[in-house]
Amino acid sequence: MSALVQVRSLTRIFDVSKPWLNRVVERLPKAMLKAVSDVSLEIPERSVYALVGESGSGKSTIGKMVVGLLSPTEGAVEIAGIDLHRETDTAKVDGVRSDIQMIFQDPYASLNPRWKVRDIISEPVVARGGTADGLAERLLEQVGLAAVDAEKFPHEFSGGQRQRICIARALASEPKLIVCDEPTSALDVSVQAQVLNLMTDLKDDLGLTYLFISHDLTVVQHMADVIGVLYLGRLVEEAPREALFSNPQHPYTQMLFAAAPKLDGFGREVEPPKGEIPDPINPPSGCAYHPRCPLAVARCSAERPEMRDVAGSRVACHVAGEQAG
Amino acid sequence: MTPPILSVRDLVVEIPTRNALLRPVDRVSFDIAAGEILGVVGESGAGKSMTGNAVIGLLDRPAHIASGEIWLKDKRIDGLKGEGLRKVRGKGIGMVFQDPLTSLNPLLPIGEQISETILEHLPVSKSEAEARALAALEEVGIPAAKARMGSYPHEFSGGMRQRVVIALALCAEPDLVIADEPTTALDVSVQAQIIALLKRLCRDRGTAVMLVTHDMGVIAETADRVAVMYAGRLAELGPVRDVLTAASHPYTAGLMGSTPLASKGLARLNQIPGSMPRLGALPTGCAFHPRCPKTQEKCRVDPAPPMQGRAACWYPMTVEEIA
Amino acid sequence: MNAVARFWESDIGWSFRHSPVAVVSCIVVLILVLAAIFAPLLAPYDPFDPASLNLMNGFSKPMEPNAFTGETFWLGTDDQGRDVFSTILYGMRISLFVGFAAVAFALVLGVSLGLIAGYVGGWTGTIIMRIADVQLTFPSILVAMLIFGIAKGITPIDMRDQVAIWVLIVAIGLSDWVQFARVVRGATLVEKNKEYVQAARLIGRRGPAIMLRHILPNVLSPVLVIATISLALAIIAEATLSFLGVGAPPTQPSLGTLIRIGQGFLFSGEWWILLFPAATLLTLALAVNLLGDWLRDALNPKLR
Repeated sequence: MSALVQVRSLTRIFDVSKPWLNRVVERLPKAMLKAVSDVSLEIPERSVYALVGESGSGKSTIGKMVVGLLSPTEGAVEIAGIDLHRETDTAKVDGVRSDIQMIFQDPYASLNPRWKVRDIISEPVVARGGTADGLAERLLEQVGLAAVDAEKFPHEFSGGQRQRICIARALASEPKLIVCDEPTSALDVSVQAQVLNLMTDLKDDLGLTYLFISHDLTVVQHMADVIGVLYLGRLVEEAPREALFSNPQHPYTQMLFAAAPKLDGFGREVEPPKGEIPDPINPPSGCAYHPRCPLAVARCSAERPEMRDVAGSRVACHVAGEQAG
Repeated sequence: MTPPILSVRDLVVEIPTRNALLRPVDRVSFDIAAGEILGVVGESGAGKSMTGNAVIGLLDRPAHIASGEIWLKDKRIDGLKGEGLRKVRGKGIGMVFQDPLTSLNPLLPIGEQISETILEHLPVSKSEAEARALAALEEVGIPAAKARMGSYPHEFSGGMRQRVVIALALCAEPDLVIADEPTTALDVSVQAQIIALLKRLCRDRGTAVMLVTHDMGVIAETADRVAVMYAGRLAELGPVRDVLTAASHPYTAGLMGSTPLASKGLARLNQIPGSMPRLGALPTGCAFHPRCPKTQEKCRVDPAPPMQGRAACWYPMTVEEIA
Repeated sequence: MNAVARFWESDIGWSFRHSPVAVVSCIVVLILVLAAIFAPLLAPYDPFDPASLNLMNGFSKPMEPNAFTGETFWLGTDDQGRDVFSTILYGMRISLFVGFAAVAFALVLGVSLGLIAGYVGGWTGTIIMRIADVQLTFPSILVAMLIFGIAKGITPIDMRDQVAIWVLIVAIGLSDWVQFARVVRGATLVEKNKEYVQAARLIGRRGPAIMLRHILPNVLSPVLVIATISLALAIIAEATLSFLGVGAPPTQPSLGTLIRIGQGFLFSGEWWILLFPAATLLTLALAVNLLGDWLRDALNPKLR
């Protein structure tokens, strides 16, 4: 299996400073937010890679850089060997662009309310000058809606049905990679199951590759082949699903698993995790997790840990793997 | 058995619209005892938040309580207005919303907000109220509470704000707390902190809690009993372990089965076909019958089934089906 | 027909049917607009045809036979013997034409600049909105008079009457684009961060296509409200300018010009020459304004 997506030392910095005049008057420095910091990963073809993390972890920013909605500050994203932000051959860029699609979190905001479903679904093809006769109808049936729905407007559909329309639009340009940014977190559980099943079926039928972004560990556990855990813009652990869920190595991953509510956790009394996510504009030195980490040693606050292999996982932690032996 | 703190009997909430009379809450009955946490779950549009709002008298017009009774201890509180309602809020019932910013006054320091609420409802002096406000903030785990009494809501993080809201909801020592999706806007690690806090405080004081959420995991870990709502009606009501592990209503069974955890190891999740009907287009009979695997003629034709045992269902799940 | 039926059944249609103010204002506006459009058919006299004028009919009182000719005029005549009713119908044509054209001009200008300021942002957006802010600090009537004055200065004398109407339209339109631009920019800032716009960008749509095909249809409801209220303001602005003598020329009198002419006769007792054009202007502006108010309320819940 070759890697369809190659992400190399990806970094994205946002300027979140106040306006120039306020800075001068209040003598404030420029505020830079490092949303993504030196993230490297590979996504093999026909696999599902999941990024998990809490708010401010940078998972959505990575997704937007992979599809090309944002440009990296440093590092590179290569899709099938082509770097969207540096490639100058427009034919190649166009080819890669139609290979990538995205499904968004909010099914109410991701469909233009003034457009008919037919026009929404066929836009990726029509925008490239193609003809889309019968395309919308065929795709609607493929995602479990009816061909007659092509004549309707988005407000006539429920949240789950809208997400199906979004999936149909994503499929229109026959992509290889679909970036799914929290595709089911706005949906109810029973509808979430329908949409996740549809995504699994489509992946198998069409040979798709997913970059799946979520904060919901149960969904990730169901969908992903490989999981990357992000904390404050950094990849702290990456492992195949079984390895991660049976034997999480990074203390942050362990904390996440312990804190997540369990369906069979009746009357479970957990020691709640310490502290909160720090201010990403002034992240802690060294390992960003060290102020909350139960295993932290002096080295953790001084030196940023590099990714290393521990028991089948890639872990960015000085201490992981040592407490066991 | 001690009488319940909150008793809701056949509550009906109606919204007249130009096309139809909608019933977002339809003949819902339940009790909550002192120190008990009742989880209310359901998907969006099931009527769970509307039920909580009806109890505390927060329905927005044109929604109104059409019939039924709500008792807080020995006092009937549906239909209260003005001064009576104001006394019930705070002293009788505390409220924790999903978005902590909506329940805090952005222009008042948090210490002042809490001590004012205490002064309003409890017979104490001003300095006593301030001392109690400080104690309340310390109790919910605000670091350096004394220094932060003068801070404004926007100076806190989301998790800390929700702690302040909990302090505010509990400061007048209410008998009942209604928590409407208190952790939905929070991250997993902070959610665990808030849930643990809510549980501890209510157990210590014997406060009854109505916890409205869509998160079955939170319910499992927190609630004593759980009420499952579907299309405005109570589908199932019972002890949390029984309902979650051996659902009696086919809807609860489907809901539990469709969570990714319950289908662990399966390539596909179990799914309930279709989606929840809109309130304006409820099916006849049992509202769940078009999606139900056990539907029979009776479910389509007869009026909605009454509660029998734990579930409002003509054909509840049998022991064999559960296994 | 289908569209009318759909409107009638929609939320807006329902709100319309249940608002007596909206129904009455709409009927009034419709009657006045139709009367203006069909003025040549409805008016009993052509006030601008010197051949049909009889100076002897001057200063006829309303509904009274003229002392010399015995002719009766519903709303009386002015000093030249022109039928006031007919001049009002023709004057309303000018007023409404200038109003509609000025609003259309302001709308196109304001919506385009607002879209660009909102979508492109950066320095382009800042410059557009600063110009708008500066212009807002001047009363719009002053802006219009300034533009009018400049235009007067650069057009040859014999062309002035012909271009006067167009200058009026540009002057009122330029003084009115700012509110369109502001509202559209605000709405665009909201819409451009919605995910359907990101989806369109992903597909490879370019900026202009996204602005026109995706964002524009979604920012139009507030524009419609402002356009309606602006129409009332534009009609009044036109009347004000004409009243001040810098608007429509006496050869093409608008309601404002008629009021200015009538004002001269007020003290000599010929009240009808002033009153009827003024009452028409008031009715027109009020009805359009009330319609705009209703529209704003009716669309508001949709704007969330």
